[in-house]
Amino acid sequence: MTQLILEQALNGFQFGLMLFLLAAGLTLVFGIMDMINLAHGSLYMVGAYLAAAAAAASGSFVVGVLAAVAGTAVVGALLEVAVLRRLYQRDHLAQVLATFALILIANEAVRMLWGDQPMLLNAPAALAGPVEIGGFSYPAYRLLIIAVGVAVALALYVVVAKTRLGMWVRAGASNREMTEALGVNVKRLFTLVFAFGAGLCALAGALLGPLLAVQVGMGESILILAFVVIVIGGIGSIRGALVGSLLVGVVDTLGRALLPWLLRGFLPAETAANLGPALAAILIYLLMAAILFWKPAGLFPARG
Amino acid sequence: MNGEKSADLLEVAGVSRHFGGVHALSEVSLAVAEGEVHALIGPNGAGKTTLIHQLSGAQTPDAGTIRFAGEDVTRLPMHARVARGIARSWQVTNVFGRLTALDNVALAVQGRQRDWGGSFRFWAPVDKERAIVDEAAAWLAEVGLAGRESTVAGSLAHGEQRQLELALALATKPRLLLLDEPMAGMGPEESERVVELIEHLGRKVTLLLVEHDMDAVFRLADRISVLVGGRLICTDLPDAVRAHPEVRKAYLGDADA
Amino acid sequence: MAGEGMKSALYRQSARRRGLAFAALLALAALPPLLQALGQDFYVSVAARMLIFALAATSLNFIVGFGGLVAFGHAAFFGAGAYAVAILAERGVTSAFVAWPAAAALAGGLALLIGAISLRTRGVYFIMITLAFAQMIYYLFISLKAWGGDDGLPLMARSTFGPFDLGNDATFYWVALACLAAALFLLDRIAHARFGRVLQGIRENESRMAALGYPVAAYQLACFVIGGTLAGLAGALIANHSLLASPNLLHWTQSGTLLVMVIVGGVGTLYGGFAGALTLLLLEELLTGVTVHWHAALGLLLLVVVFRAPRGVAAWLHGLFSRGGTK
Ligand SMILES: Nc1ncnc2c1ncn2[C@@H]1O[C@H](COP(=O)(O)OP(=O)(O)O)[C@@H](O)[C@H]1O
Ligand SMILES: [Mg+2]
Repeated sequence: MTQLILEQALNGFQFGLMLFLLAAGLTLVFGIMDMINLAHGSLYMVGAYLAAAAAAASGSFVVGVLAAVAGTAVVGALLEVAVLRRLYQRDHLAQVLATFALILIANEAVRMLWGDQPMLLNAPAALAGPVEIGGFSYPAYRLLIIAVGVAVALALYVVVAKTRLGMWVRAGASNREMTEALGVNVKRLFTLVFAFGAGLCALAGALLGPLLAVQVGMGESILILAFVVIVIGGIGSIRGALVGSLLVGVVDTLGRALLPWLLRGFLPAETAANLGPALAAILIYLLMAAILFWKPAGLFPARG
Repeated sequence: MNGEKSADLLEVAGVSRHFGGVHALSEVSLAVAEGEVHALIGPNGAGKTTLIHQLSGAQTPDAGTIRFAGEDVTRLPMHARVARGIARSWQVTNVFGRLTALDNVALAVQGRQRDWGGSFRFWAPVDKERAIVDEAAAWLAEVGLAGRESTVAGSLAHGEQRQLELALALATKPRLLLLDEPMAGMGPEESERVVELIEHLGRKVTLLLVEHDMDAVFRLADRISVLVGGRLICTDLPDAVRAHPEVRKAYLGDADA
Repeated sequence: MAGEGMKSALYRQSARRRGLAFAALLALAALPPLLQALGQDFYVSVAARMLIFALAATSLNFIVGFGGLVAFGHAAFFGAGAYAVAILAERGVTSAFVAWPAAAALAGGLALLIGAISLRTRGVYFIMITLAFAQMIYYLFISLKAWGGDDGLPLMARSTFGPFDLGNDATFYWVALACLAAALFLLDRIAHARFGRVLQGIRENESRMAALGYPVAAYQLACFVIGGTLAGLAGALIANHSLLASPNLLHWTQSGTLLVMVIVGGVGTLYGGFAGALTLLLLEELLTGVTVHWHAALGLLLLVVVFRAPRGVAAWLHGLFSRGGTK
């Protein structure tokens, strides 16, 4: 039992880290440009597809991941310059409509390029098996994801919280004119932030590719989770995104694994088998509703 | 009529409010008597608007209590305070920009109607409710906006918008009216009209008036409170305030002392 | 004297407009026999589907356009209405006069619950929390095997409706049209009543309304519930139309589609939802005939709407014509 709980907790932690890669870009764009980008999940999908295609062509998983990150960052930058930039000054409705349109376009574009069938992306053979840590075995590939996730999360945190670039980003958000007066090209800065967020999405898409299916529509379900994350954490807050991601990752994964089992303790077996999965599926939404009920601006409100 | 004019309508005790590290209000205590015109003065950034926000319910204080007509209203939301008789105007004009002047005030009049569900009425056309429309027109006339009924509020002149702002507050028929710099940004002629209006109002409702124009303040106020750096340094009759050394130092500038 | 000239431009309700609406209603009512005469019986059913989506979009437009609340979870109410009818039918309750009001009431109750919590938040948070609640309902329904799981819950037959046979597509179309017309009439009355004026004030300046003594959240909640209830009715109709309560109706892309209809048609105009549903579904009919990748074409068209016709198709056409007229 402890083995199961420990393993599921690690899985949840790992999923949370990947969610953070998505949520980080989303919360920055959301917080800084006050922009709802539904198409953020599409970048994740594009990243996964690029990784699968590049890995298949080169035979190397690492090449696949790197190509995906670079390629998606370029796609993101182009998207920002061509479409999204025109939406910063518009109301949320216009942003929802335009980025919803982008989802439709992205899904069809991927279908046209790679067809309807899910694509295969294999983890490197060297990491296929489990490893032993202190009498406890865990898949090596998932450990790698955790390592990469932790490294990127730390790096991101340092960049946004401590460097000049991060300072500009935060300043550009709170006072655009002021920042421009300091000689920062805010337009280019935003494009950069966006490309950066797109690259992070692609990294998550490529790393999760071997675990989940690479298919059209994969971006949408995870997009909603990323939204839940940033709303729980407080929109615009990197720290909130990190806490929210880990919370959602762990609660969701543990809930699915343990709730049916827990319910069996005090409910008839059949009811538990019925109710368990349903309750597990809505657990994070209940969590979010509860958090917003007590803290309507999330755990770490970025402003005020 | 209770006859006693000395009862305090508004009692503020130890109200504090901070924003991050800024202590906008520090333990402010203040009483406004029923029927008086009470002026609140102080340099820019003293916390006057912040105090109005706490009193009207736009914000809630970090500490302290606010009592209105004997009732603790500290935690009540804004609409509940309005229902009890506290109305306010804003320093920065705050009207319904895309509605006509008449519709603006009609909303205020309608807000007062709490008979069968108040505004939870889904069927009868409101345009046919003559009583509302006529009363709204009367309030516009009262503040000097007769003839401007069908002008869209956003295209009224700045001074006229300030007058509309007053009409909105008045139409809620308050017992206590909080006016935050009602003459801000007005020309001398418009200001004079508003001063006369306030003078006239002062005979009907209790007023807490934030104002920078010292001539107007000394002409209108029964008593004056002085706020400096979030602290209330004195409340007194106009002549006493004029002579108060700390006030001269902190606010009037000690130039001719 | 408060004369005619003092009336608000925003509340104008002219006899001409009422006449036009009546003429449009008659024309729509004449559609089934017309299509049948042309031998296009199939399109009666297609047209009925459009009316149902028009009702769903109209109900959302009331929340978004009149209430000023950008809600991104309307599918929850639409889908709940559909499931209510299917679940009741499974238990033998087939009368429309029981099942449809029950569907509307369920959706309204759901809206009351979701709205009461969601309205504590503002702006983007409101968009997101309504989205999350809708997802919650979605997962709840698809993970309960008793309600058909991923496959949804089929209906054996359309609801019984007094002496009328809803299995007849024309009859069903007329009933759907009657529902839509009644909803539009009701919403028009509401918009011009005290309640409607309060909503307008809130949309215009929320804090000012609070300062006039209005409990703003209570009015917004009432608006949210009215919209949700009508969406439940639309859901009851769509389940009858396709003989299935499908989880797709609850999916977040359904909320997105309804929102798109509202924006395309015109936010905050009485007929915006109707115009948007019609535009989008007609486009779907046309584009699917041309290309399998019609979603991409639709996406591009939506981008054009955002950047060229930001106030909706109806307003854009109106602008085109009135500009053409003055030149
Ligand atoms: N919402 C707020 N956030 C941060 N600081 C504020 C806020 N409102 C007021 N302050 C600060 O509180 C102090 C008092 O402001 P205010 O009440 O507007 O002064 P006054 O109306 O007397 O000019 C000022 O230092 C102001 O910067
Ligand atoms: Mg001020």
